Formats: sequence, C-alpha cells, structure tokens
Amino acid sequence: MTVAVATTAALALGDDALVLSHRLGEWAGHAPVLEEEVALANIALDLLGQARVLLSMAGDEDELAYLREERAFRNLQLVEQPNGDFAHTVVRQLYFSTYQHLLHARLATGDGPFAPLAAKAVKEVAYHRDHAEQWTLRLGDGTDASHERMQRACEALWRFTGEMFRPVEGLDVDARALETVWLESVTGVLSRATLTVPEGPRSGAWTAGAGRQGVHTEPFGRMLAEMQHLHRSHPGASW
Amino acid sequence: MVTLTALEAELLEVAGAVPDPELPVLTLHELGVLRAVHVRAEDSVEVELTPTYTGCPAIEAMSLDIERALHKHGIRQVSVRTVLSPAWSTDDISAEGRRKLREFGIAPPRARDACEPLLIELGPTRTTDPVRCPHCGSADTELLSRFSSTACKALRRCLSCREPFDHFKEL
Repeated sequence: MTVAVATTAALALGDDALVLSHRLGEWAGHAPVLEEEVALANIALDLLGQARVLLSMAGDEDELAYLREERAFRNLQLVEQPNGDFAHTVVRQLYFSTYQHLLHARLATGDGPFAPLAAKAVKEVAYHRDHAEQWTLRLGDGTDASHERMQRACEALWRFTGEMFRPVEGLDVDARALETVWLESVTGVLSRATLTVPEGPRSGAWTAGAGRQGVHTEPFGRMLAEMQHLHRSHPGASW
Repeated sequence: MVTLTALEAELLEVAGAVPDPELPVLTLHELGVLRAVHVRAEDSVEVELTPTYTGCPAIEAMSLDIERALHKHGIRQVSVRTVLSPAWSTDDISAEGRRKLREFGIAPPRARDACEPLLIELGPTRTTDPVRCPHCGSADTELLSRFSSTACKALRRCLSCREPFDHFKEL
C-alpha cells in the first residue's frame, strides 16, 4: 500500500471522527439532562481521540484540523449535519455509529495500517452504538411527540446514508457487504422502535458524491469557522 | 516473550508504581497500561504506554509522571511512547487493582469472556453477572447512564442501599 493511499483513507476516517466530535461537543450546556450532556461529551472525546490518531497518520494533526479549508475536508456529509433537535442527534448517531462499528470491526481483523486503531475504536464505538439504539427505542416507541420527531429525523438524514458505502481508496473493506449488514441492523432497530424505514433515495445526483470528494453542505462552513477561528486568530498560541 | 534484564525489571517496577492521575488509588501497573521498558543505552530508557480509551486525556499526565519517576531514579533520558496494539482491555486490570477499585467505591469491570469473538452485534453489555454495589455488595443495581465522570465509567444506582456509584465499564 502506498503512503498516499493510506493518507486518503486516514483523512476520510479522521475527518469523520473530528467533525462529529465537534458537533457533539456543541451539545455541552444544551443537552436535555445532565447525564446526556456527559454521555455526548464522552462520545465526542472518544471520537476526538480516534481523530488524533488518524490525522497524525496523514500529517500534522493541528494543521489538518485547524488550517484546512472546507473543500479539503473528506468527512461524510452525514456527520457535518447540524445537531437539530435531540432526535436528529440520536438518529445521526444511530446511522453513523452503526456504520463505524461495523467498519472498525472489519478493519480490526485485517493487518492493514488501521488495524491497531480499529481494534481499540471498535470497543469504544460499541458503546456509542448501544447508546444510540437505546435512545432510538425509547424515543421512537415513546410519546406521539417523540415518535413524530424521530420519524422526521430519520427521513431528513436518510439521504446522507448512501455515501458511507462508497469505496474509499486505501480501505480494505467490502463496501457492499457493509451496506447490507448496516441496512439490516438499522432496519431492525427502527422497526423495534415502531419507526418506518424511510423509502427515499439514500443518495442522489444532487448530493454530488460528496463529502469524501470535499463537497460539503452549507452548515459545514459555519461549523468550521467556529472550530478554527481561535487557532487562526492566535497562530502558535499554547496554554 | 522478551526476557527482561534486571535493570529493565527494576525500572518497570518504578514506572509501574506511578499512580494513575485520574484514579490515584490504582498504580499504572495495576491498571495494566504499562507495556514495556527498554534500556536503549546507559542512562537512556524508552517506555511503552497504552491508552485505556483512544481519547483518554490522562495519557499525557501519565507520561510526565513516568518521566519524573524515572528521572528521580537516576535515568537521565526517558522517552515515553504511546502504543495502541495490542488494545488495552479491562481484563488487563490486576486482581489487586480490582480490589482497590471496589474499596474506593467504584464497581470493578467484570471479566470479559475470554473466548468471545471480536465481532458481536448484541451491544456492549454481554456478560450476564450482575454489577454489584461497591458499598453494600447487593446485586440489585440499575444503570443510570452509560457514560459517567470519565469515558471509562458508567453511572449506576444501588436499589438496596440507594447509593449511586460508578462502574468501570468492560472494554
């Protein structure tokens, strides 16, 4: 495997973890209950740790996180979507952590450059996935109001889920097989939560492909501005 | 298995006696995060340390504390390297470490089934033994939150003595 190919994959997975970590961090001070605030911050911390290892495989972690422009980020559009209401955050977690758990479980069994990290991450992400599944069941099969919000969130984010299964250069996984298992798992959880599995397309021409090629949705620019502004305003500053 | 020299064994003991910065009741040896000490040259030592969780912020404090302890022991040059593989597991916490956790009021992690395959789709809570209250020993406890004061702990409550407590999650 060439260095460049490993770099492409490290950026893709590292940016997923970094961007979702930042989004989850935005819940600090806003979560519905204290326990949930702590849970989301802990998940964000796990993701940040994974991002640091992955970005360090691709270059200098700080330069990559704080000094790249929007078009240079390779994360999925799914993880950059705004937190929305709590249902949106839960569904985003369900869609992504199921994918990430299945992906790392496969990477961990190989002998590629991502195996050592994946062997650690798969155990951490198992808790993220469990957390998302439990909330999906509780809110989907909860009150009329929580059910309706969950259904709305499932529909709204569905169109970003196809991108997870486009092959990434340097990632030695069968994307098709991953997609089949993902669909089975998510369908099972949504059904148990009395939610309807969305019927719309999971990607389309208009999605342009997309985050993995550096094409992002509008809210991402605003997120990056906030994430990067301190570092850019005070270059080289340290605690 | 690499055979340790007498000096390496001695230094491993010195580094292993450093307390964990977040759970000072445990030493790094008891936590199972200290992987190796290599003597590279006279006065120059390399230590291999593995994080509990990938994002564990305590790893930097641990590295500094190890450096300090070895400097004090007369080693001039100490470098601490973070290694990920083989991944740390709560099974690496020693029996003594588990006893100390319980005494400290934290329910220790249960043993993970040694023969379980890596890929399991049932979620993280796979063992069936109950998590016992570290205060009164009751098995009648319930989960309040999967994540607690640090990433490695869950928050539970004892239904017998009503005390809330932290549980070191199986990883």
